Amino acid sequence: MTAAGTPRYDCIVVGGGHNGLVCAAYLARGGRSVLVLEAAGQVGGAAVTREFAPGFQVSACAHLLHLMPGALMRELGLSAQGLKLAAQHLPTTALSGDGAHLSLAPAGLAQRLPADAVAYGEWQALGQRLAAALHPVLTDAPPRLGTGSWRARASLLRLGWRIRRLGRCDMRELLRIGGMNVQDLLDERFESPLLKGALAVDAVLGTNLGPRSPGTVLTLLYRMAAAGGAEALAQPAGGLGALSTALAGAATAAGAQIRTQAPVARILVSADRASGVVLASGEEIAADVVVSSADPKTTFLGLLGSEHLDAGFTRRVAQLRTGGLAAKLHLALERLPQFPDLDRQALRGRLLIAPSPQYIERAFNHAKYGEFSAAPMLEITVPTLADPTLAPPGKHVLSAIVQYAPYSLRSGWQAQRQSFTDLAIDTIGAFAPDLRDCLHSAQLLTPPDIEREFRIAGGHWHHAELALDQFFLVRPVPGAAQYQGPVAGLYLCGAGCHPGGGVMGVAGRNAARQVLREAA
Amino acid sequence: MRGGRAAGVRLAGGEEIKARVVVSNLDVRRTFLETVAPKHLPPEFLAQVRRFKIRGSSGKLNIALDGLPHFPAIPHGSPCTRGDMHVTDTIDMLERAYDDWKEGRWSRAPYIDMLIPSQIDPTMAPNGKHYMSVFVQYCPYKLADGEWTPQKRQAFGDTVIDTIARHSPDFKDLILHAEIRTPHEIEAEVGLTEGNIFQGELTFDQLLFNRPIPGYAQYRAPVRGMYMCGASTHPGGGVMGAPGANAASAILRDLRLAQST
Amino acid sequence: MLTESEPHFRQPLLKTPFHERARALSQVDSFVAWSGYSTVDVFTTVEQEYFAIRNSTSVYDLTPMVKYRIVGAGALRFLNRLMTRDMRNLAPGKVAYSVWCDDSGHLIDDGTVFCLAVNEYRLCTAERQLDWLCASAIGFDVEIAEVTEEVAALALQGPTSCALLQALGFDGVERLKPFELRQFAMPPAALPVMVSRTGFTGDLGYELWMQPADAEGVWDALMEAGRTRGIRPIGSRALNIARIEAGFLLPNLDFISAGHTLRIGTERSPLELGLGWLVDFGKGHFTGRRALLEEQRRGPARLLVGLDIEGNKPAHNTLLYADRAGMKQVGSVTSATWSPTTKRNLALAMLDAPHFAMGAAVWAEIYLNRELTWQRRMARARVVERPFYAPARRRATPPADF
Ligand SMILES: Cc1cc2nc3c(=O)[nH]c(=O)nc-3n(C[C@H](O)[C@H](O)[C@H](O)COP(=O)(O)OP(=O)(O)OC[C@H]3O[C@@H](n4cnc5c(N)ncnc54)[C@H](O)[C@@H]3O)c2cc1C
Ligand SMILES: Cc1cc2nc3c(=O)[nH]c(=O)nc-3n(C[C@H](O)[C@H](O)[C@H](O)COP(=O)(O)OP(=O)(O)OC[C@H]3O[C@@H](n4cnc5c(N)ncnc54)[C@H](O)[C@@H]3O)c2cc1C
Repeated sequence: MTAAGTPRYDCIVVGGGHNGLVCAAYLARGGRSVLVLEAAGQVGGAAVTREFAPGFQVSACAHLLHLMPGALMRELGLSAQGLKLAAQHLPTTALSGDGAHLSLAPAGLAQRLPADAVAYGEWQALGQRLAAALHPVLTDAPPRLGTGSWRARASLLRLGWRIRRLGRCDMRELLRIGGMNVQDLLDERFESPLLKGALAVDAVLGTNLGPRSPGTVLTLLYRMAAAGGAEALAQPAGGLGALSTALAGAATAAGAQIRTQAPVARILVSADRASGVVLASGEEIAADVVVSSADPKTTFLGLLGSEHLDAGFTRRVAQLRTGGLAAKLHLALERLPQFPDLDRQALRGRLLIAPSPQYIERAFNHAKYGEFSAAPMLEITVPTLADPTLAPPGKHVLSAIVQYAPYSLRSGWQAQRQSFTDLAIDTIGAFAPDLRDCLHSAQLLTPPDIEREFRIAGGHWHHAELALDQFFLVRPVPGAAQYQGPVAGLYLCGAGCHPGGGVMGVAGRNAARQVLREAA
Repeated sequence: MRGGRAAGVRLAGGEEIKARVVVSNLDVRRTFLETVAPKHLPPEFLAQVRRFKIRGSSGKLNIALDGLPHFPAIPHGSPCTRGDMHVTDTIDMLERAYDDWKEGRWSRAPYIDMLIPSQIDPTMAPNGKHYMSVFVQYCPYKLADGEWTPQKRQAFGDTVIDTIARHSPDFKDLILHAEIRTPHEIEAEVGLTEGNIFQGELTFDQLLFNRPIPGYAQYRAPVRGMYMCGASTHPGGGVMGAPGANAASAILRDLRLAQST
Repeated sequence: MLTESEPHFRQPLLKTPFHERARALSQVDSFVAWSGYSTVDVFTTVEQEYFAIRNSTSVYDLTPMVKYRIVGAGALRFLNRLMTRDMRNLAPGKVAYSVWCDDSGHLIDDGTVFCLAVNEYRLCTAERQLDWLCASAIGFDVEIAEVTEEVAALALQGPTSCALLQALGFDGVERLKPFELRQFAMPPAALPVMVSRTGFTGDLGYELWMQPADAEGVWDALMEAGRTRGIRPIGSRALNIARIEAGFLLPNLDFISAGHTLRIGTERSPLELGLGWLVDFGKGHFTGRRALLEEQRRGPARLLVGLDIEGNKPAHNTLLYADRAGMKQVGSVTSATWSPTTKRNLALAMLDAPHFAMGAAVWAEIYLNRELTWQRRMARARVVERPFYAPARRRATPPADF
């Protein structure tokens, strides 16, 4: 506080998404005075629990927790902040039209597809070795090329060394498959279309890519590396919002202040340095450093403004591909629908409707032309099985990610919302004949809805497409890939930065470290 | 093979020709799956050869014309007809053409790249007549609805001819003969496996140090005395000659080394 | 327009609205391509045309200058963020010369901004810039359209130019100060003509902007009224001599736009081009500002300077050395001319630090062609002030009568 009583902070964090909260927590632990300003009425961003029908709660965007490093969760003491997992190590089941659903658990696979089971074991082992080598790349700021800085050089050398240390065989395989499309990779290794479809989901979920799109092995490796090799799907008790609440608790415990319903209208600049923010209410708050967890387009073009940026940089930001393709379907259910060929254990887990890579590719074809998939790909969970508190007693919630639902639908979402909702419900209904009878109500969040309600330009899962040209050294754009944009004192910490989206918290932590290092 | 190294070749006719060095211009699949006995090759190398991606995607029409077709969109007398003419209306059209290939059928609205070289070199056609070379994408090697048949080949050719006729009203009337080539004929006649024009796809996993096989990107086969010099090797396909030149220098280097030791 | 009778592939160059008049007066049939137009290189002889600029009145067809209309509530903010110069005090009726840079502070182009009304501007550039202007417009409420073909333009330059315009009924043109513009209705038919006191010669002069339909009428009136004032149409060659005397830069000769360079290190910053006076670090952010500040902090590695070279052989394509032996190259000439008015052998040259200091001496390696017998001369050259020639009349308001 200054003498006049106007508060002044070392750091303002714009947006209280999970990355903003992680960043705030680390900054506060680093001894900075921190204020988090969140536009919504609750923190968490796309990791929130919301009531979508009277008495029914759901994780409104992200619904599975599987990417956040255990070390981060321990460092921030999230369990002390009340975070409990309602379920861990949730199984994945690939639904098949003929009822012969396939569990991806080793035992299930070995029984059904002996050859594929061996191949799957080998792939997972390779994946773990590669992930172990690449995971450290995700947990640090990317080096900045062409500066001649020793830090950047050392960082590149470390990366090269890690890849080299994989050994000749794995290194060659990494360099071979790194640029491939996932369909070719899966075709090389596996027989079963059902298994290949399920694995392809991981490569394309949340992206504007189909299994044959270049770069889909990269997104798959990204997901594996982020999870540290062993992906363990978990469901926080109380939904993903409970995670965000715990993160907020950790930040507050470290001394950060959090204000909700405080939308930032503009980032202030004086003497070519970020100097604070103006809220939509007109209130000005000064700070030495502003860290934004909002997406890069919103941050640079909306909150900062091109006037403070060079034209080439502005163009790169404007050209970022940010159109989302994942819609979210929430069903409030009067009772649990019957999935005839699925046991209760499988139903608690993750269900995939993606019976083959070709099915996904066809679903993706529509998205290329501004249409939604005629036969969409779905990732389904019934979170009330592990966590009954989310619905009134005896009732249930079904939460599904539905792809592809392009942001720019040619015929407009207004006109198509109902038909897409029906299509998604019927696609699930094909596996649960009484689904419609159980239905209390349905909510569909299309990418434009996500854009509006979660303030993510384009409504994209990763804030900006996760593709080679928007990855690592150049994410989100050259000139801002080290969590810092061209204006001194302004940092980024959201999913639009390296390493990308998903409820992971790594971008927030990396950004905090960068701030602590540079703006000492 | 003799003493673990290549010693020459045997022709189909049975004739044997000895040589210190054998260089294969064939694509990597043909070379190692058809001309070398598997027992001479490391199994993991063979496995990689088998999965080498060489899917055909292009067709070709060679058309004899009774005269020069008229393209209303090109002003009369324009030099544009002498060059490369493309039918590539929109990116979406190209993408949809590829969607067809993914589904195992030829593009219903194909991408076309055509030349009438007899305008520049009249010796390619009888006086007053013309030859048109039409490169077409996409045309799969394997069709989803069964084998290629002469009827299907004709239907593919008709699709292409109709597409050109959309841009040239008198084109069809001028056709004297059309030779239609799907990846099948290209494989059979030119010897390119699956009719892949580049002796193997030019994707990341088959480029640079990965071409044709990781660990064997230096033109040397796993068999001593044997080399590769075709488009399957770095830097790849197209009438370029670079794989051949690079292979020759690798071979000369090895021969000099052998001599000096 | 594409027509069967005149297909574009046979006539790839456009004709300006003055083309027929110019062709009629061309004695040596010497035309060159300029920005997609065919324009006159020389009408009669370079010398005759040059002296019209300095001694009477010259007429130069400026139509190929690329012109953009920039309007909208955010037009001023847009321009201020585009240009290195402070645009905020460019009031309606004023013109400013400025440059603009890419993110790295390298020069993209130079040009003149005409403020026609509040938030309504015309930008004249040497090369097409729509792509960069559109990139620069992201986030600003501004509309940009190229209007090159909608505006015909003539440069009227020379000591008698003002008197000539007055005689034609451009009342009050004598009160126009340098870098001011005004709309006129030219008698007798009241043709709308915008006149700006601008030019590329460093002399008294004006530029006339009109609708293409009126172009021939204006041309004819000028020629008629100019008969007693020594009017003469000129081509690009004569203009080039005058602009070097005036110290003005020409893209692709004195610098290459950073948008077009292929080799790293061949881009130029305004500081290196001696245009630091156009860079206003205090006006707020503009594209390239951070890079230019950093460059300023480091100090320039090279600088474009004026050279006065001994002898009378223009130093075209000449390398410059620190020593007479030619062992150490320190730069090269970008433009050179014998200056008929100052009777000096002039050049614009890029010199490495520290050789660009005012008064510094370098050696120019000049090749002389003596009836196809080539000789090499090392000529003494000295860094001198620019402009080389700056007559008082270029600024005098009102100008002297003739
Ligand atoms: C449909 C869908 C399903 C998903 N499912 C999963 C999943 O199952 N598992 C998973 O790991 N990931 C999932 N994701 C991805 C994941 O949700 C996101 O990548 C992640 O939540 C992004 O977190 P963040 O903190 O970087 O940004 P956000 O969560 O977007 O947070 C940014 C915050 O900034 C705030 N903000 C923006 N502008 C302003 C402003 N002007 N003033 C103040 N505040 C502002 C926003 O309100 C928001 O709270 C899913 C995404 C989508 C869209
Ligand atoms: C339809 C089509 C259009 C094309 N258009 C162009 C173009 O316009 N421009 C361009 O640059 N490239 C084009 N290409 C690509 C280019 O033609 C090839 O990539 C290139 O010719 C390959 O050359 P190569 O010498 O490596 O192999 P090839 O030309 O395939 O030579 C291999 C040779 O080995 C012979 N052979 C095979 N098996 C045996 C055996 N067992 N014994 C002896 N001989 C054998 C074959 O008969 C053949 O002559 C096109 C290709 C196709 C198919």
